[in-house]
Amino acid sequence: MSPDDLIAEIKKSLLRGRGGAGFPTGLKWSFMPRSFPGDKYVVCNSDEGEPGTFKDRDLLRFDPHAVIEGMIIAGYAMGASRGYNYIHGEIFSIYERFEEALDEARAAGYLGASVCGSAFAFELFAHHGYGAYICGEETGLLESIEGKKGQPRFKPPFPASYGLYGKPTTINNTETFAAIPFILGMGGDAFLAMGKPNNGGTKLFSVSGHVNRPGNYEVPLGTPFATLLEMAGGMRGGRKLKAVIPGGSSAPVLPAAVMMETTMDYDSIAKAGSMLGSGAVIVMDESTCMVKALERLSYFYFEESCGQCTPCREGTGWLYRVVHRIEHGLGKPEDLDLLNRVTDNIMGRTICALGDAASLPVRSFIKHFKSEFEYHIEHGKCLVDPAVQSAGSGFFRAEGSL
Amino acid sequence: MIDIELNGKALQVAPGSTIMDAAHQAGTYIPHFCYHKKLSIAANCRMCLVQVEKAPKPLPACATPITPGMKIFTHSELAVSAQKGVMEFLLINHPLDCPICDQGGECQLQDLAVGYGDSASKYEEEKRVVADKDLGPLVKTDMTRCINCTRCIRFTQEIAGVMELGQAFRGEHAEVMPFVEKTVDSELSGNIIDLCPVGALTSKPFRFSARTWELSRRKSISPHDSLGSNLIVQTKNDRVMRVLPRENEEINECWISDKDRYSYEALNSSSRLTSPMIKQDGVWHEVEWSVALDYVAHSLRDIAKAGAETIGGLFSPHATLEELYLGQKLLRGLGCENIDTRLRHSDFSADEKRHGLPWLGMKITELSQLDRVLVVGSFLRKDHPLVAQRLRQSAKRGAQINFLHSAGDDQFIRRSGQAVLPPSQMPSFLAQIVKAVCAQKKLPVEAIDIAGAFKDLAISTEAERIAQSLISGRSPGILLGNFAQQHPQAATLHALAFRLSELIGGKMGFLGEAANSLGAYVAKAVPQEHGLNAHSMLAKPRRAYVLLGVEPELDCAHALQALAALNQAASVVVLSSFKSQAALSYADVLLPVSPFTETSGTFINCEGRVQSFYAAVKPLAQTRPAWKVLRVLANLLNIPGFDYSSSEEVKAEALGAVKSDTSDFVTGLDNAISDLPIHLSSDFPIENVERVADVPIHFADMLARYAPALQKTKDSASPVARMNSVTLSRFGLISGGRVKVGAGDTANIASSADLSALMPVELDDHLADNVIRIAGGHASTVVVGPMFASLQVEKA
Repeated sequence: MSPDDLIAEIKKSLLRGRGGAGFPTGLKWSFMPRSFPGDKYVVCNSDEGEPGTFKDRDLLRFDPHAVIEGMIIAGYAMGASRGYNYIHGEIFSIYERFEEALDEARAAGYLGASVCGSAFAFELFAHHGYGAYICGEETGLLESIEGKKGQPRFKPPFPASYGLYGKPTTINNTETFAAIPFILGMGGDAFLAMGKPNNGGTKLFSVSGHVNRPGNYEVPLGTPFATLLEMAGGMRGGRKLKAVIPGGSSAPVLPAAVMMETTMDYDSIAKAGSMLGSGAVIVMDESTCMVKALERLSYFYFEESCGQCTPCREGTGWLYRVVHRIEHGLGKPEDLDLLNRVTDNIMGRTICALGDAASLPVRSFIKHFKSEFEYHIEHGKCLVDPAVQSAGSGFFRAEGSL
Repeated sequence: MIDIELNGKALQVAPGSTIMDAAHQAGTYIPHFCYHKKLSIAANCRMCLVQVEKAPKPLPACATPITPGMKIFTHSELAVSAQKGVMEFLLINHPLDCPICDQGGECQLQDLAVGYGDSASKYEEEKRVVADKDLGPLVKTDMTRCINCTRCIRFTQEIAGVMELGQAFRGEHAEVMPFVEKTVDSELSGNIIDLCPVGALTSKPFRFSARTWELSRRKSISPHDSLGSNLIVQTKNDRVMRVLPRENEEINECWISDKDRYSYEALNSSSRLTSPMIKQDGVWHEVEWSVALDYVAHSLRDIAKAGAETIGGLFSPHATLEELYLGQKLLRGLGCENIDTRLRHSDFSADEKRHGLPWLGMKITELSQLDRVLVVGSFLRKDHPLVAQRLRQSAKRGAQINFLHSAGDDQFIRRSGQAVLPPSQMPSFLAQIVKAVCAQKKLPVEAIDIAGAFKDLAISTEAERIAQSLISGRSPGILLGNFAQQHPQAATLHALAFRLSELIGGKMGFLGEAANSLGAYVAKAVPQEHGLNAHSMLAKPRRAYVLLGVEPELDCAHALQALAALNQAASVVVLSSFKSQAALSYADVLLPVSPFTETSGTFINCEGRVQSFYAAVKPLAQTRPAWKVLRVLANLLNIPGFDYSSSEEVKAEALGAVKSDTSDFVTGLDNAISDLPIHLSSDFPIENVERVADVPIHFADMLARYAPALQKTKDSASPVARMNSVTLSRFGLISGGRVKVGAGDTANIASSADLSALMPVELDDHLADNVIRIAGGHASTVVVGPMFASLQVEKA
């Protein structure tokens, strides 16, 4: 199979990037200047650091060879002879496991100067970070591999023309690479057929929160949320669903009613006003105080901002402090407008998407659960009864023992 | 050219331009902090966000490339709201302590806050406080004010050549800091103060001494290195408070060295000589000018009567053209031909062979166009910080820079080839390169080698490599540094370098030693015909010396010899701005003359550019401009032709025919040298330990030597004896131990017992074997003797 045919097959599958942005993979691969002389790189983004996301670690734990195979194929398709898998620093055992898998692949002749005895050479390396969320941003990741401080680069130029060590580079998510062997084995059409039009294939969903069986679930794209919830054992303690963050903590939160009507695929979730993102489904029941939930999320972005550009460095701290103040009974009526205004000044004005990621939860929480925020500001306490909250937060409480 | 539209107006811009470039071209201001035309693009402050048609988000002007048909709006509602939003963020954690901030009044943040900030902050939370950092004696930090634009970080990496600052931590905790326990020691460090758009980095010596709006600004020219950096001297109440760069793309760009910036402190120091003084019976008396000048006139006249050739005139190459011209005219009026400014030179044999005045061989800007360079004998980074900076940028663009020197100090320039050899072996290495180039080009080497010295010369691998590098370029150049000019075989190096430049079709030039090294030739402050040069004047002691701005024990090639000559003289007349302890012992009269800020004057830089300046402040106390002092002295001596009413008249006469009115440059510059027999052998037995003497950047001239903050920098640390590990073990020495060193030739100077200097030892593996590096220009190394010598080394 020629590299062009291979990329055409990927395009046909309508595989979309599993890391969060959902960019068509085949199209991304076709951006690589194949004829560029000298080094080109394929990089796997396993820097899974977003709250709620835990799919890549399972993939690397249980099927690292799928990722390795996907990366070799990618290298062949794009004329790259070197690959890196950048693994999140807080899952170190996964890094060690991946190194073992690499040894196996090398021993079996799948990697090296002559892949499977062919003229194609491909070497693959594992690289682990130290847990910074920002290193999951693809250009921050490249900086980190180069040994520099993990700070995103300004784009353009994009990695396809100026990537790792200044060479053309393509970066895909772990799950994206893992889907490649299937597509080539079974055909792009078969992959597409598993999902729905424009949303090919299956997807791993990391379901967490107030469900009975949190975990990773692989379902075809287009599966109704209700089905996914059922697979995860339904709501814990039989409580009512209140809200869901459908695509990792940076995706806007959606209220229960909207979620229950939605299917889990890129287009439907977008239509509903959020993002499929990395597929981290955070389920919150009626015991959740939305102000407190937002405070926790805002703290995360405040701590993980790289500090490079002004709006994010200064704005994420401001957002967190105001939400913190509201949560602790010191909010003011004008604070909600202030929060919205600050997010206006962050969104779309930063070097990378972290600024947007920090802003979207704030805006969506206020939009959908304004009354809870107003109650906090007015009464200095939670709308959700503290007793209910504490009952809901019992993580190890046996099912049905409310 | 690409057609675009900027704020509704059609504009043509060059391909590769950014929106910022286009705006600059159109004269439209886009607010910015992190962007700087000389630094890489960071796009981190986000202040320059502008609206671009069809772009969903505002785009940073500094980093967004122009595309055909682009429609840009720099002041639209979207652009201004983005800019205001960023300004709000910048201000929330800023302390807003403008009333106590030195940057107040010249602060980009303050200025832009007027246009883009709100009158009150919506931010009610606690502000961030950042601990200050110790960057050394020159730069003060107030890191709470920092807006993390990273200009300073990029400067140290890109312009100064070594990363001395970085941004540690993340998010709101991000801080700009040096490496742990390290300071910023670059010789260009002061520029980060100018670059800092806020008051996070300010000048330590200037701190809290004046508000910027109280300062008067005067244009001036740096009196230090041969570049002639353009300066702004800022004054208050007739006192120089601060020195800043004056942008001149053709010379210093927008930078100056720390020496240029901080030497002004010496002007206000207690070491200034403030009144004429005469020594009678070993006691110094402050006297009136008339008394002092009468005394000098009498003494010079008496000595001249006995024979004017018994007078020696040693003038500083940092003195102005006018001073040097009148100085030589006065001495020649007395019949004395012994006049020189090349105090650190030891080989003057090129004097009769030179076709013209030695110069850079090109314009300073042309340095940046050289694609192959060989720098011979230069402590480049410390002797010529901004030349080094230019070559550093060239190297980044692909130019190959090669070094031939006796020390392998890191110039922070990507090197192509390097040879580190004892001083005595430098000529033969340069000859190897010549021979290799001849071989490559199939040219007969005999044309150059009239003495047949090249015959048995084996070409080393490194010489071959450098030769290859030089002939592979389109625009090669060879530069002779201070060390090469001070070398005992300077004429040989000159001749070889010149022949080499002819062979490779390139340029050859001298990196002048001082601000007016070239001006001294123009002023004729060099011996002519029968005159003695600086070396002979001291080797054959004179009865009287006239010193202009010179401390011979620190400024001369052979400090000890200079001191001995001065001590035996019947009369030593010192015209100086400073009261040096040594002068108090050897001089009999001290005349306080103005430093560059207190007189009008002219310097001619290494490219032959004539740059004049006015006095920035009134002369201190009894100090008078030297040109006036010399004029009055000549009148007292009844020497004709001293009826000048202004320094301009002196300048016009000094320049005479060498400069036309239409050009800023003097004529008669030529580095060509007549054939001279090249002898490659040196007097040094190869197993002897040779001294390599650098003149540390802040010991090089009087002004720097008396500047307190400069003297506290790492560059001003007390000299030590540095040797490589081979040399160390040869003498059983260890780094950190002590060594006794003495000059080999002790015959004619005092007793040899005094000659042994006891010095700390330091390992320096950037030196050749059997080389001991001991700095000159420092009181503690005077006893070591000549800058180039074979030394006796002994474990102490």
